[in-house]
Amino acid sequence: MSLADLARLIGRTGRIAEPAPPRPAASPAGVGPDEGVDGSSGEGSPAVAAVRRELHGSAQVRHVDAGSCNGCEIELAAAFGPVYDAERYGARLVASPRHADVVLVTGVVTRNMAEPLRLTVAATPQPRVVMAVGDCARDCGMFRGAYGVVGAVGDLVPVDLSVAGCPPAPADIVVALRRVTGR
Amino acid sequence: MSAAPLLVALVQVTVAVVLAPLVIGVTRQTRARLEGRVGPGVLQPARDLRKLIGKTPLRAAGTSPMTVVAPVVLLTSSLLLAALVPLVAALPLALVPGDLFVVVSVLLVGTVAIALLGLDGGSAFGGMGSSRHMTIAALVEPTVLVAVYALSIPVGSSALPLIVAARRDHPASIASPAGVLAVVALAIVVLAETGRLPIDNPSTHLELTMIHEAMVLETSGRDLAWVDLASWLRLSVLLGLVGNLLLPWGVAGSAAPGPVLLGALALAGKLALLAVLLATVEVAMAKLRLFRVPELLAGSFVLAFLAVTASYLVA
Amino acid sequence: MTALAGGLLAQGALATLAVLVAVSARGRARNLLAGVACAALSAAGAVSGALALSGATVTLRMATALPGAELVLAPDRLGGLLMLLVGSVGFLASVYAIGYVHGASASRTQWAALALFLLGMQLVPAAGDVVAFLLAWELMAAASTVLVLAEQAHRPAARQAAVWYAVMTHLSFVLLLAGFAALSATGGTTSFAGLAGTDAARPGATAAFVLLVVGFAAKAGVAPLHVWLPRAHPEAPSHASALMSAAMVSLGAYGILLVGIRLLPGGPTWWSVLLTALGAGSAVHGILHAGVATDLKRLLAYSTSENLGLVVAAIGLTMLLRTHHVPGAAGAALVAALLLLVSHAAFKSTLFLGAGAVLRATGERDLDRMGGLAHAMPWTAATFGVGSLGAAALPVTGGFVAEWTLLQALIHGVRPADRVVAVVVPLTLGLIALTAGLALVTFVKAFGIAFLARARSVTALAATEAPPSMRAAMVLGAVGVLALGVLPGPVAAAAASAIGVDGVRVAGLGGVELTGVGAVLSPAALVGLGAVVALPALALVLVVARRRPATTDVLGWGCGGVRTSPRMQYNATSYAEPVMRIFDDALQPRRDVVVTHVGESAYLAERVRFAQHHDDVVEVRLYRPLVAAADALADRARRVQNGSVNRYLAFSFTALVVVLLVVVA
Repeated sequence: MSLADLARLIGRTGRIAEPAPPRPAASPAGVGPDEGVDGSSGEGSPAVAAVRRELHGSAQVRHVDAGSCNGCEIELAAAFGPVYDAERYGARLVASPRHADVVLVTGVVTRNMAEPLRLTVAATPQPRVVMAVGDCARDCGMFRGAYGVVGAVGDLVPVDLSVAGCPPAPADIVVALRRVTGR
Repeated sequence: MSAAPLLVALVQVTVAVVLAPLVIGVTRQTRARLEGRVGPGVLQPARDLRKLIGKTPLRAAGTSPMTVVAPVVLLTSSLLLAALVPLVAALPLALVPGDLFVVVSVLLVGTVAIALLGLDGGSAFGGMGSSRHMTIAALVEPTVLVAVYALSIPVGSSALPLIVAARRDHPASIASPAGVLAVVALAIVVLAETGRLPIDNPSTHLELTMIHEAMVLETSGRDLAWVDLASWLRLSVLLGLVGNLLLPWGVAGSAAPGPVLLGALALAGKLALLAVLLATVEVAMAKLRLFRVPELLAGSFVLAFLAVTASYLVA
Repeated sequence: MTALAGGLLAQGALATLAVLVAVSARGRARNLLAGVACAALSAAGAVSGALALSGATVTLRMATALPGAELVLAPDRLGGLLMLLVGSVGFLASVYAIGYVHGASASRTQWAALALFLLGMQLVPAAGDVVAFLLAWELMAAASTVLVLAEQAHRPAARQAAVWYAVMTHLSFVLLLAGFAALSATGGTTSFAGLAGTDAARPGATAAFVLLVVGFAAKAGVAPLHVWLPRAHPEAPSHASALMSAAMVSLGAYGILLVGIRLLPGGPTWWSVLLTALGAGSAVHGILHAGVATDLKRLLAYSTSENLGLVVAAIGLTMLLRTHHVPGAAGAALVAALLLLVSHAAFKSTLFLGAGAVLRATGERDLDRMGGLAHAMPWTAATFGVGSLGAAALPVTGGFVAEWTLLQALIHGVRPADRVVAVVVPLTLGLIALTAGLALVTFVKAFGIAFLARARSVTALAATEAPPSMRAAMVLGAVGVLALGVLPGPVAAAAASAIGVDGVRVAGLGGVELTGVGAVLSPAALVGLGAVVALPALALVLVVARRRPATTDVLGWGCGGVRTSPRMQYNATSYAEPVMRIFDDALQPRRDVVVTHVGESAYLAERVRFAQHHDDVVEVRLYRPLVAAADALADRARRVQNGSVNRYLAFSFTALVVVLLVVVA
């Protein structure tokens, strides 16, 4: 594509991000993301609220694929894509858990990924949030009992937030991330 | 050393520290807008920084004190850079007159500090980034020195404040072939030194393509905050220098509050312009393969050498 | 008798004492006593040098067995500067040697050779005529060859190195002999005072210049005559390497200064262009090879070739700019040459002493097997780090000030009307900048791979810190590097007065002002400014650090990898890989990759073996054919010598007849 074509394309496309929905604090819980393992709802668990106060509206996300079918990955990519634009709420994907505040885990935890998952969470500085995204990550989903599966994310590391769905909708992932950034 | 230039230097440092996160914010915001996104707003890097300062750093077992020291050294070198380069005002300090060689070596102290930080982590990626970073820094140096040699010929001095002041007072020299070629060569090396496209992709997640990011993969918390702030300062100061060489108007010639304020505003304007321009160009560009980078840098060296030749022809 | 004469005589006395102690004392006492005697000898040299530098003069004449030939010692101010330099390095090396020497390097011969080596080096710049100069030169060459041979009994490479060194150093001696003979014939005297300012247009001057410059360049380790450096320096004991690399090569540069500036000034333009090209070429060649070297001492040796290249280039530029009447820039270039020499002596001795401490602690010279030494050897790490900063010409070290001065000379040496200057100056600037850039890579690699991260071998893990005498010498060297960097003004002013350049002043607190080119630099002010801007940042850092202490017991991040072996780290070879790739035409590496597959599979590798080797291209292209030709010639010549007494008598008879004929005619 020539530079002129690119410029024309950018001009024609304009802004494709959808208007931002209201902040999740105001929305009723249980629509998409639930508050996961500890069963709390609304603003999020006290732990998440404490982390949110220290993050000041900025959450760097390290994504770990613990054994996903890649369905969640596609939705995650959409959540950070132009339409849902999770970045506008202060979330950003980063390359190293050392830079991250959120460890976002997708998929059921397979045997080979159990130790790397633990190491990744350990490599994330405090204060941090572990977020299980998708049914597999929450409770093994359709892979429950399969031979290579160690368990759900919550079986290996403490989970602070989880997003239901197989796969979860990008909007739900965004809502969960907004709970962390508070924006 | 008289107090006025020193005071102006401190003002410059303050202005640069305030503007640096905003410059990054503007580039990210511009990029977001061009990609059809809303973007996090220009204040986001400042928020990131505030958060990072409050986090608990993790330092791997087996690292040396270098891991603690290097980010602070890097930050100091960037702050010193902001004091030496003519950003708000072109007033040379009496004993360290913003001499180009001094500026480059202060910059290189930061370069070396981050390279050692990368090595000290003891991971494969840190060493890889460090090695690439230093190789590029080595190849950049001939271009920088020869380009400034070309710029210094008409002025008769390598002090950056004097070069900027001379261009402000004789705008014809900005459009001279030597001046244009030298500034283009400098702009390329600024991109290389600050890890921007097409030399390095600041937002890459693929470790094997990283240069700058690979060195800081191991750095966290406040250590990372210093490294980030220092890198942003570097980008802002060098962009500010290129801006002041291209558009030297508004740079204060005295230490009076009026001109200094005007200079700060002019600097903010120039930086905003260059940040938008940088982000726009980056959207249209892919990263070069690592081993094509030397070709680009050799090209910029030829431009700088052409600038020297052109300045001889004019003189 | 003046103090200076006393100093010169004291050196002779102390050298005799040192040799006597070395020969008579036993065991550990020998190391201590001989080391102290050598240190005293060097201190006497340094003091005499300082006296001569400050303007004291003396002429000592000694009769020799040959009628009409006498030895004259008459150090001038430049000679004083060099004597001070050699004496200071000698002092560090002697103190260091007390704790360092062991086994073969602690023998009677080695200590005696060290004393004679020191004496020879300190007398070379004191020489006032050709005969004394050459005698001291030969003493220095012979004694240093013995030092290179120290460990020949259990390391055959040391023997090889000594042969290369002996051949190169005597080749240099022969060239110097011929050159000085031509010069003396032209000038009609052998005293330097009489030869000073010889007209370069006289017949024989060109031959003398070329012979002398090539001879001195071989001693200075300037490419393509550098081949002995990367062999002899790694094989010699480290205190001897430091002496050879920091002090002896400086005397080669002193010789070039003597010829180009004092004895034969005002030569044609091509002399200066030759020197500049030789120097700049050597700088780039040296640093490229240092950049890809993995043997720490070899790396330092190549870096010496680079630094001396810069010195020679600066001397060449001085001559060029003087010929084309740019006195301000020419003066700055000459001062830069001296500052480069002085700062190189400081940081290179520190670096070699540090390399010796590492070698002693780990038995390793191979960077690929080091790592993490900063934990066990903090003193060595800190001093080596300071030395590396100096070698990379970063502030605030002497190397930075020297390079700044040289770049100021280049940037103000603008003469668009002169075609030669217009081409040579910016090209040299580009080459020097490339050299400076690659020096950064080289020394980040040397320091970072050796001292940071995790140990790459068991020996590196078991390292311990050096004994006090070695530590003292290294700390003194590092302090010197920093002192030259923070307060360079007095040194620059002294160097300028030593070589007769005006236009260098002390500015502010120990800063340098080059009035000839209108440039000023005060590193102390730079440090002050840095402190002012860093203090708020530092306060913030400390406050934050107190509030949230770091966690330091986690694993390094390896993408969640569960196996983390220190062998996964980058090592020196991989660090230099991009440089090797980019400059592969100049370096011509040979790579050997052997992949062993698992069973029949072409996809699964059981093991991969990678070997990389590179030769010095100059050695392969220039020296191998020469050595082969010399071998062939020697084979032919052997026929003349068949062991028959009759034939030898016939040879003698013929020779006598020829002598008779010549005398009669």
